Amino acid sequence: MDYSEKVIDHYTSPRNVGKIDDASGVGEVGNPVCGDIMKMYLKIENDVIVDVKFKTFGCGAAIATSSISTEMVKGKTVEEALKLKNSDVVEALDGLPPVKVHCSLLAEEAIHEAIADYYRKQGKMTEEEIKEKCNLHLHDCEHCKH
Amino acid sequence: MIYLDNASTTKLDKRVLDRMLPYLTEEYGNPSAIYKPAKTARKAVEEARATVAKILNCEPTEIYFTASGSESDNTAIKGIARRYRDKGKHIITSKIEHPAVLETCKALEREGFDVTYISVDGNGILDLKELENSIREDTILISVMFANNEIGTLQPVKEIGEIAKRHGVFFHTDAVQAVGSEWIDVKELGIDSLSLSAHKFHGPKGVGALYVKSGVRFERFVDGGHQEKGRRAGTENVAGIVGLAAAMELSYAELQEKNSRVRALRDYYEAEVEKRIPYIKRNGDQKKRLAGTSNISFEFIEGEGLLLNLDLKGICASSGSACTSGSLDPSHVLLAIGLKHEIAHGSLRISIGKYNTKEEIDFLVESLVEIVNKLREMSPLYERVAGGN
Repeated sequence: MDYSEKVIDHYTSPRNVGKIDDASGVGEVGNPVCGDIMKMYLKIENDVIVDVKFKTFGCGAAIATSSISTEMVKGKTVEEALKLKNSDVVEALDGLPPVKVHCSLLAEEAIHEAIADYYRKQGKMTEEEIKEKCNLHLHDCEHCKH
Repeated sequence: MIYLDNASTTKLDKRVLDRMLPYLTEEYGNPSAIYKPAKTARKAVEEARATVAKILNCEPTEIYFTASGSESDNTAIKGIARRYRDKGKHIITSKIEHPAVLETCKALEREGFDVTYISVDGNGILDLKELENSIREDTILISVMFANNEIGTLQPVKEIGEIAKRHGVFFHTDAVQAVGSEWIDVKELGIDSLSLSAHKFHGPKGVGALYVKSGVRFERFVDGGHQEKGRRAGTENVAGIVGLAAAMELSYAELQEKNSRVRALRDYYEAEVEKRIPYIKRNGDQKKRLAGTSNISFEFIEGEGLLLNLDLKGICASSGSACTSGSLDPSHVLLAIGLKHEIAHGSLRISIGKYNTKEEIDFLVESLVEIVNKLREMSPLYERVAGGN
């Protein structure tokens, strides 16, 4: 697998590994059957993401995308974080091999799920509104038909 | 570099290279020509054929040189199936074959052949009852590998040979992993055709051989000149063929010593891993397997991450994880022996060869302890099951 220097750097020394005990929102996506699970913890104060931690079961690309996504959303507002796209993650990593691009989708989904969890805990929005706002889609990776 | 992927390919033995070199430089004649340098090349090819035949206990006329183990498998399976198509269109193979056999069978299915894929037990050993029960009136060929490339499990080849003979069906075996590591007597084992590849036993890449018992007919694979008794056209890869025979000769002369050495290293590796790393599972039959092969699943982590981290330490190994197979499913072999997807994703194959040392295994174990620990600390599955932080 030909990974960029950036990807190698992130899977060798992943940033923000761990968990946050009093997280404002936690999102978990993926499936062990497919070989990828990503769990994202967000600490949010005044709508700003002040701390992020992650745990990932997955390949080098999955670890690297998790790691760089945490760096990309830290310090951002929740609104800004929701705008993060998998293409931004891929670009920040100087590209990913084509078969690995689905890993970057997981990172985006995990962040959205964690923010949705934050909104749910706040209890100000209905589930429909949260789904709409966070663009939640079930993990519908076409390859995962297990 | 610490090379522990000898089931994938091996380093060319210097003694083999020395035997090959003259045929790349001075003795470059085309074996089909009539002048003296051609005769030297021709003689070298025929001596190589005799060497291979002697080791397998067959006649030199039953040996055909090819460009790879895959080509040998293709030639035998397609060649026999097509030649005996009038007699029947049913082929039997196992679920854990190498793609060289599985994909060949799939190609034959597209031509109208029927293929039955036999199950294996939790250790990867073929279900002989299922094999015998699936033989039909129109069965023409059974193809079962000698030893599995991922878990090293050795198949009951002799019993399969007996079943095939009893039912008048041909028996082909892909012995690419076994040649150079296991004694193979094609007569005693009842094998009708067999594939082998030089680069698996310290010979050169790009050269293989096929044994086909005399009397077993098969369609020729490459049309053209009269080389290889008209079965495979193309000017012979003389240096490669000489290298194949030299490597095979050396492997069998040193087999016992090599096997006891690599087996001791493999057993030491597995014992150390078992002692120092919890939540592991050894895959494959622990007794009936190749001496240098080890396949262990490390729970809660994924194999590619493991390989990448090993590579950073200069260690070359292999995994059955989906991410390394280029597909999204983990190894078909590990699934066939009943492993759950998530356990199969975390497998690591180490294949020890004659050049490996105990110091290298020690470094591997130390590295694994560190890497597995690091990846588990990062894994939400480990957090869930082991309560780790």
